Amino acid sequence: MARASTAARPIIPALERIPIALTINGVATRLEVAPWTTLLDALRDHLDLTGTKKGCDHGQCGACTVLVDGRRINSCLTLAVMKDGAKVTTIEGLAADGALNALQQAFIDHDAFQCGYCTPGQICSAAGLIAEGKAKSADEIRELMSGNICRCGAYPNIVAAIQQAMGQS
Amino acid sequence: MINFQYARASDVSDAVRQIAADPTAKFIAGGTNLIDLMKEDVERPSRLIDITRLPLKSVEETADGGLRIGALVPNSDLAYHPVIAQRYPMLASAILAGASAQLRNMASTGGNLLQRTRCYYFYDTATPCNKREPGSGCSAIAGLNRMHAILGTSEDCIATHPSDMCVALAALDATVQVAGPAGARAIAFSDFHRLPGNTPHRDTNLEPNEIVTAVELPSRGFAANYTYLKIRDRLSYAFALVSVAAALELEADTIKEARLALGGVAHKPWRDPSAEAALHGQAASQATFTRAADLLLRDAKGFEHNTFKIDLARRAIVRALTQAAAGTPQSQSNKKIR
Repeated sequence: MARASTAARPIIPALERIPIALTINGVATRLEVAPWTTLLDALRDHLDLTGTKKGCDHGQCGACTVLVDGRRINSCLTLAVMKDGAKVTTIEGLAADGALNALQQAFIDHDAFQCGYCTPGQICSAAGLIAEGKAKSADEIRELMSGNICRCGAYPNIVAAIQQAMGQS
Repeated sequence: MINFQYARASDVSDAVRQIAADPTAKFIAGGTNLIDLMKEDVERPSRLIDITRLPLKSVEETADGGLRIGALVPNSDLAYHPVIAQRYPMLASAILAGASAQLRNMASTGGNLLQRTRCYYFYDTATPCNKREPGSGCSAIAGLNRMHAILGTSEDCIATHPSDMCVALAALDATVQVAGPAGARAIAFSDFHRLPGNTPHRDTNLEPNEIVTAVELPSRGFAANYTYLKIRDRLSYAFALVSVAAALELEADTIKEARLALGGVAHKPWRDPSAEAALHGQAASQATFTRAADLLLRDAKGFEHNTFKIDLARRAIVRALTQAAAGTPQSQSNKKIR
């Protein structure tokens, strides 16, 4: 669509805040965000849920992956205000009653990380992958996890960890 | 990201009313491309109109046996929709060849059509770009142009359209349904995206203040003989250097109907009636496929770093038609090309 980029652009006040409600890891949460606050920044900077990582901030690395209404998405390319009313699950919400989730345990069992920065995104993405139920073979896991980059190169162990967790779920 | 105002649209006419009231506003749905461009300061809307709550999320059969896909159906839902998987598998395959699982969960059908080029210079606000800043010049023509177009280019722009889904939609003869202040209209898929010419800032023939409401597929889905073959620098999660949507209707060994569209090579999915006509009534053979490839690429012109695309495209077309004729479509998980 060709909308003139040169049209006079009004000055937008920096202090505009919009109240939204999110259920984050099962907890009803109310917060006020500026329209331009991404879901990633809302989680990290407004709610101190710093498990979700900012990698590229452009949807290319997957470190910011969270589940919104059960589906994996890139929280860096999502405006918090657009998710008003949604259920969000982050890495902090996967363990239940102090016990690691099957994927978390599998990542430890298979040494599926080195520096660990991509790991919360890898695990949330794998949780989404398992819920989708489309990946059966190792090839399919690799393809459907391709939105999560690991610069340490732990990919073979990540695939093995996901296969272990799939066997348990 | 720059500051902007945020509003929600309640229905299609409300969305059209809101966008018409503010010349610097933009619609937002999946946001996967727009928010990225806003972070790069390439897009600077003063207001985003959130259309994600509009009732455009269903896939329905049409009276003529085709399918109407709501503009807000996520790419992943469309690819895995049972009717799409069964009757239009080339479309499902093309969608699954693009982006990542996360992005496909977010990206909408209408947004996929409206995504902008990934030309580096379009993204880099420090360099001239006629698409971003009309009249400033094209940095790609004499710059790094390995990913750029070989067909339909102009002296003002050699950018490509990055979509995989659109290549399949072009081959399937889809129709884009839009609504605007003057009412609703339908745009044939081949007329939706534009060539750059001397107005590369216009990607599509959508008018200002119009909104995409649906994409319609005709009944013919080529479910038996098709492929979507995508050639790229990585095995996954990379834009196409060249991609081919090929669909055939065969009677014994003879081609009754053929569709052939290229991605990654032009400012729009590239089709040519003469190349498809050269397949009609012919035996499904290497010689026939090579002739069609030569016709489709007869006006191809390379630049300093992308001349390899011409030969790559020729071979990809022949390979894709071979896959389609054999009924062995390219797998999007096992990447070995057979």
